[in-house]
Amino acid sequence: MSANLIPILWEATLQTIYMVVVSGLIGTVLGLPLGVFLATSKRGELLSAPAVNAALGLVVNALRSIPFIILVVAIIPFTRMIAGTSIGTTAAIVPLTLAAAPFIARIVETAIREVDGGLIEAARAMGATPGQIISKVLLPEALPGIVLGLTLAIVSLIGYSAMVGAVGGEGLGDLGIRYGYQRFMPDVMLAVVVILIVLVQAVQSLGEWIARRLDHRAAKDRGL
Amino acid sequence: MNSAPSQAAITFREVSKTWPQRGGAVAALDRVSLDVQAGGITGVIGRSGAGKSTLLRLVNGLERASAGRVEVLGRDVTAASGRELRALRRDVGMIFQHFNLLANRTVRGNVALPLEIAGVAGPETDRRVGRLIDLVGLGALADRYPAQLSGGQKQRVGIARALATEPKVLLSDEATSALDPETTQAVLALLRDINRELGLTILLITHEMAVVRDICHHVAVMEAGRIVETGETYDIFANPQDPVTRSFLSGVTGTVLPGFIARRITPDGTGPAILRITFAGDSATHPVLSRLGAELGIDASILGGAIEEIDGRPFGNLTVQMPAEALPRAQAYLHAHDLRTEVLGHVG
Repeated sequence: MSANLIPILWEATLQTIYMVVVSGLIGTVLGLPLGVFLATSKRGELLSAPAVNAALGLVVNALRSIPFIILVVAIIPFTRMIAGTSIGTTAAIVPLTLAAAPFIARIVETAIREVDGGLIEAARAMGATPGQIISKVLLPEALPGIVLGLTLAIVSLIGYSAMVGAVGGEGLGDLGIRYGYQRFMPDVMLAVVVILIVLVQAVQSLGEWIARRLDHRAAKDRGL
Repeated sequence: MNSAPSQAAITFREVSKTWPQRGGAVAALDRVSLDVQAGGITGVIGRSGAGKSTLLRLVNGLERASAGRVEVLGRDVTAASGRELRALRRDVGMIFQHFNLLANRTVRGNVALPLEIAGVAGPETDRRVGRLIDLVGLGALADRYPAQLSGGQKQRVGIARALATEPKVLLSDEATSALDPETTQAVLALLRDINRELGLTILLITHEMAVVRDICHHVAVMEAGRIVETGETYDIFANPQDPVTRSFLSGVTGTVLPGFIARRITPDGTGPAILRITFAGDSATHPVLSRLGAELGIDASILGGAIEEIDGRPFGNLTVQMPAEALPRAQAYLHAHDLRTEVLGHVG
């Protein structure tokens, strides 16, 4: 592999990280409250709003059932409206976010539903408002699960980000296709794959480490 | 401190609770009336499904009554708004069978939670949290997480947490049912101390008569959504009226017949009679059996029995076997000495 490819690889890596981080952040900002609402708004639950719950659940499922590459193309007008352009790394963040938010919402919902209902009852018995139950009981108790879920979401986003080359999204996936495949440079392809593996491995390890630090459900702190 | 002990901290008046269900409603509570005396420990005992859990949850509004009226500390819970209920709940602590502690908060964090919720957490409440942790005997474990504690220690955290907002009433939902007998005793002793020292009114539900015997001043027996018997614990033990009460009592007061007798017993017959003698108060220590022999010449053999203390007074049960023909004379003698008797049957 010639030395002049190194800057190209470096730039593609940064583009991938940029797309994943920004879409992951915005996806969390949108997905977290959505997930909390989905987990607490069925009939008889804390924020009981069954009709809204069903409607939002439908939207989330619809977004999640569209294959990502079709989503990227289908929402080009929307992307242009939000990002001002439909081409480039920044434009690619729009479909990535739109794919990440419902995914993260379901992850947050699942993690919150894992929290023992007895804790909600105990908090109600203390005179907690629904908002306090969410902020002081449900989210802190679900946090390790949410962190693991976000790790999963970021790993998925790294994979999705390879597909946004279709709208000029650039990044590692795009580099692999254009150099590795179309120009038949297997060394570039290999380098791209190795960098992706390292990225995924790093994200996964970091996520698991943070989740373990946050999780006190099992008596693991030995020697106390 | 609390008002006069005769005053009720909680009153239930003709309270019903029904759950809507396909093909009609299911009644969890059926016109229940009960006064829970301020400053006392009142136990509600019943089998699972008897409605005792629903009854307890009406006190702090976790469940709403379908009909009737529940008053707590002079406030009408049945008509309370959400805001009023949340205010009331600060005066009513609650502990649970499965503790319901936050796994990701330390002991200290769990005890502080009600104060954070009440919006009063600060340096001065930190001291109160520390005092409560000391009070329940967990001073050395304040920075541990629940997963590092035993069941009894977890319930102690639950108790400290329930006391954080300085409530006047403590509700206990089967608080010792998940604990082993030794730990149960320790937790009950703690509840008794809290009742005495803080003048706290305690309403507890349980399915174990031993819990009632050990700490309750008053007891209500529930069956199928109704209260079938209520009174002072001592009176209920000494003179149970309802069959449900009797069935709860069997087993805690040395009244279980040995199997080889129980298998052969018949209601009528001519064989030796099985008689249960109940001693209450001063008579509990009278040498009744030896007198039966000495004064009436009746030989009675002991099958089982126990003498224990209920609400500070001695109470005993003795199951004896004697010839059937001696039975009327023996009963007359025992009744003359203020002892209650019950013929369980004859060994045929």
